[in-house]
Amino acid sequence: MTAALSISLDVNGERVDAQVLPRLNLADFLREHLKLTGTHIGCEHGVCGACTVRVNGEIVRSCLMLAAQTHGAAVETIEGLSDSGEIADLQANFRDRNALQCGFCTPGMLIAAQDLLKQHDAPDRERIREHLSGNYCRCTGYQAIVDAVETTARARIGRQP
Amino acid sequence: MTITSTNPEILSVLDRPNSYIGKAVPRPNLDRLTQGRGLYVSDMELPRMAHVVFLRSPHAHAKIIGIDAAAAGRMPGVIAIVTGKDLADVITPWVGVLSHLKGLKSAPQHAIAIDRVCWQGEAVAAIVANSRAVAEDAAEIVSVEYEELDAVTDMRTALDPATPVIHPSLGDNLAFERNLDAGAVDAAFAASDEVVEADFVFGRHTGVTLEPRSVVADWNPAEARLTIYQGTQAPHMVQNIAALHLGLEESQVRVVCKDVGGSFGIKVHIYADEMATYALSKRLRRPVKFVADRVESFNTDIHARDHRCKGKIGVKRDGTITAFEIDDLTGIGPYSMYPRTSAIEANQVVNLVGGPYVTKNYRARARVVFQNKNVMCQYRAVGHPIACSVTEGLVDLAALKIGMDPVEIRLRNLIADDAYPCASPSGLRFEQLSHHAAINKLMKMMDYDALRAEQAALRARNIHRGIGIASFIEVTNPSAAFYGVGGAKISSQDGVAVRLDAQGSVICQTSITEQGQGSESLTAQIVGSVLGVSMERVRVILGDTDNTPYGGGTWASRGAGIGGEAALQAAKVLRNNILDVAAAILQSTPAELDIVDDAIVNASDGSSRIALKELARIVYFRPDTLPPGIQPELMATRHFVPREYPFAFTNGVQASWLEVDTDTGFVKLLRHWVVEDCGTIINPQLVDEQIRGGVVQGLGAALFEKCIYDERGQLTNANMADYLVPMSGEMPDIDIGHVVSPTLETELGAKGAGEAGTAGAAAAVANAVNDALRPFGAIISEIPLTPQVILTALGRI
Repeated sequence: MTAALSISLDVNGERVDAQVLPRLNLADFLREHLKLTGTHIGCEHGVCGACTVRVNGEIVRSCLMLAAQTHGAAVETIEGLSDSGEIADLQANFRDRNALQCGFCTPGMLIAAQDLLKQHDAPDRERIREHLSGNYCRCTGYQAIVDAVETTARARIGRQP
Repeated sequence: MTITSTNPEILSVLDRPNSYIGKAVPRPNLDRLTQGRGLYVSDMELPRMAHVVFLRSPHAHAKIIGIDAAAAGRMPGVIAIVTGKDLADVITPWVGVLSHLKGLKSAPQHAIAIDRVCWQGEAVAAIVANSRAVAEDAAEIVSVEYEELDAVTDMRTALDPATPVIHPSLGDNLAFERNLDAGAVDAAFAASDEVVEADFVFGRHTGVTLEPRSVVADWNPAEARLTIYQGTQAPHMVQNIAALHLGLEESQVRVVCKDVGGSFGIKVHIYADEMATYALSKRLRRPVKFVADRVESFNTDIHARDHRCKGKIGVKRDGTITAFEIDDLTGIGPYSMYPRTSAIEANQVVNLVGGPYVTKNYRARARVVFQNKNVMCQYRAVGHPIACSVTEGLVDLAALKIGMDPVEIRLRNLIADDAYPCASPSGLRFEQLSHHAAINKLMKMMDYDALRAEQAALRARNIHRGIGIASFIEVTNPSAAFYGVGGAKISSQDGVAVRLDAQGSVICQTSITEQGQGSESLTAQIVGSVLGVSMERVRVILGDTDNTPYGGGTWASRGAGIGGEAALQAAKVLRNNILDVAAAILQSTPAELDIVDDAIVNASDGSSRIALKELARIVYFRPDTLPPGIQPELMATRHFVPREYPFAFTNGVQASWLEVDTDTGFVKLLRHWVVEDCGTIINPQLVDEQIRGGVVQGLGAALFEKCIYDERGQLTNANMADYLVPMSGEMPDIDIGHVVSPTLETELGAKGAGEAGTAGAAAAVANAVNDALRPFGAIISEIPLTPQVILTALGRI
C-alpha cells in the first residue's frame, strides 16, 4: 500500500491538511513537509529523544509514530511551545544555567522536562534525572539540565532556590 | 550547584570596570537553540538539492567483483548512481601520513571504494535521488557481487607472519611504531623494592554526536565555486583539503559552518563520504546533501581508544616511584585518517604516561596496526584517558603493594608546584602546573578522611564503596608542533577582526568555531571587556571561510587560549584607534580618555564625553568635520599562535566515589570531583560545564561504551539501543574546583579546558572500583567496567 493518505490535524494551533505516504513518520513529516526543523532526528529508532513532540498532550517520539496516525490529532512542537510562552521560564533557566551546549537535544529535552513539571510540582533531582533518562545529551553531562529543571519547578510553586 | 569559581584579577587590560572576564554570563543567542530555531546542516535545503545515500559494504574485507545498478537507476526519482571508479575522475585519493611521525605509513584511500572494501561500512556506491527515501529504496536493489577476503580483526595478531597483509604494497600491517627510553629504567627497576605489572585494556568507542555528520555541497558551475555547508570544527582545513583533491584553488571553495549538533573531535576529520558528496555535487552540477543515519554513524564516524597496554611501575618502600614502562598496542582500522592521521593517539600515550610525576626513568613502546574495522582517529582527550588510566592504575597498584594510601603516594611523587619550568621524560615542557595545590583542594572538597571512614563503616555492613583518584596533565593550545610541522595544512594560528559599526556596536569575526563550547561567548566577553562595550552590543561571526580570518578552528582545547588571545589583541588595537579618533573629536589626548559602558569618558573622573554611537556617526557620515589628516581605522585584525611553548599543559585531579553491587556487578556512581587548572578563567560557568560534559564522556567509556566487533569484523551493536551512552539517571553530580596558573605566553593567560574532564574520569572510576573490590582481592584493568567484567573478576561467572 503506497498510495498517499489524506490527513487533517492541528499543528501548533494551525490546521494542516496533507497527503502523506503511509510509511512517512511524524518527525519527517514535521521537518520536511511543514519545515518545523526544531524537531531533531538523532537516532530514528526511538532511543535518543531528540525528536520528542506532544501529541494530544502526551509526549511521543515522532520518529516512532507515523504521520498517518496523527489524523485528527493535536501536535505541538518546540516552535509552538515557544510561541505560546508555555515554557518561557524553563527556556530562560536553560539559558541562564548553560543547560545546553550544541542545542541539538534541547527541544526534546525541554518538552520532556515540561511533561514532568506538568505531572509533579516539586520533583526531586532523582525524579528529574529519571524522567529525562530517555533524552540523551552528549554535551552537558546532564547536571546543568537537572539544575535548570529544578530551578523552574521551585519558581513555579513560588519558592525560590 | 557549585559554581563558586572566581578569577583573580591579574591582567591590566582586562581588569577594567564592568569586565566580563571571570564572570558567569549566559552565552549569547541561546534562545535560537532553546526555541528550535537554529540552523543545523541537517535542516538545510537548497533549490535543486539532491540527496545522496551510500551503499556500504556488509563485509569487513572483500573484493568488489561487480556492481549492477541498472534497475535501481531506472527507479523514478533516482538522479544518478555513482561508483568509486566513476568518482575517481573528479576527486583524487589521499594518504593520511604526517612527516614528523617518522615511519608512519598508510595506503591511498578513495572517496568511494574501488575494487576492494576494507571495513564493514565502507561506501561502494552513491545513490543520488530527489529524496533520501527514494535513494534508500534504490540502494536496496543495487546488486554488488563480492568475493570475501580474510579479515584482520585482532590487533594482537595483526603483525604475525601468518596474518594477511591488508595493503600488500606496505609490506606489513604496522602503521607506526615509536620507542622511547629515558633515564635509566633497568637500573631503577633493579633498585626498586617492588615492581608491579598490569595489562590494561581499553574498549573501542566512538563520539555519538547527537546530530550525525551532515554536509550540503553546492557546486555552482557558473561561478566555478563550491560552497560546503558542513558541521565541522575546522572550516579552513576542509577548504584546503576539498580544493586540493577536487583540483580547485582554495578561493574556489567556501566552507560555511552553522549550528553543529555535537562534535567532540568526531567532526574535525575528513571522511570519505563527505569527500564523495563534494565530488558528487561537482559531477552532477547541483547541491547534494548527505546526512548519516545512526547505523552509518556507528560504522563510519571515527572510533577511538581500543588500546592494549602493558604497564610496569617500580616503587620503593617509602613510596618513591622509580620508573614507568609501557608497551602499547592499538588497532586503527584499514587506513590512517586524513589529514590528522591515526598515529596521534598512540603518540600521545607515549608522551603522557607518567607525566604528573617526578621520576625521569621512563621507557615506552607504542605500535599502531592496521585491521579491517572502522577507522580510528582523534576523539576528545586524544590519548589522555589511556595514559591517565595506565599511569594512575599503576600508581594505585604500587600503593597497594607497599600498603600506602593512594593520596599519600601521589603527594610524595607529584612534581612540586615550585619546580617549574621543567620537562617530562618524554620531552614535554611544562610552564607552570599545580598538582599539589589541586590534590590538596580536592581532598578538602571531598572530605577525604570522612569518606574513608564512611567506606570502612559500610564495608562492615557488606556495602562495597570505593574511592578513586586520578591526577592528569592535558595538552592544550597546540602550536604548529602538532600538525603543521608534519606537513598538514591545519592552521595553528587564529585570527580575529573587530570593527565598530555605524551605530557604535561591535562586529567581531573569528576563525575559531562554535559547537556549543562557548566560543561566541568568550570572544564577546573578551572584546566587550577590552573595548568597554557591553556584551549585547558585540556580535560574533564564526564558521565561514569567506567571512572570517584564516585559522585553525576549535579542537585540541585551543579556542579560548589561542582565539581568545587574538580577540584580546585585536580589541586592544581597535580601542587605541577609537581613542585616537575620540581625542581628535574632543580636542583631548588618548591618554586622558577611556571607554566605559559604550561611551568615551574622562580617564580621570569617569565623566561621560561622547557616546560610541555618536563617535561612529561622525566617523562614518561626517568625516568632513574631523581635523585634517585624521583617517579613522575602526577595524582591527590580529592573529595569534603560541611560539614559546609547543603546548600549554594544564593539570588537574579527579576523584570518584561509587558503590559496586557484588551480586549483580553494577556500579552506582555516587559523586565525582574535579579540580582543574586551565589558567585564566574567562567564564567559570562555561569552564565548569565543559569539564562536566567531558567527565560524563569519560564515565561513558569507563562503564558503558564499546563498539563490539565479532571475529569477522562485523560491528554487532551499531545502534543506540545496544551501544550504551550515559543517561541522566545514572550520572552523578560533579563538583568542580579550580586552581589558576595563567600561561605567561599570552596576555589573556587562558589555557584549554575542554578535554580535562574526559582525560581523567575513567581512571578515577577504575581506581574506585578496584578500591571497592579490595576485600575480594580482585584487580580489574579493563574498561568498560561492565557487570560481566566485574562479575568475572569476582569469580561469580
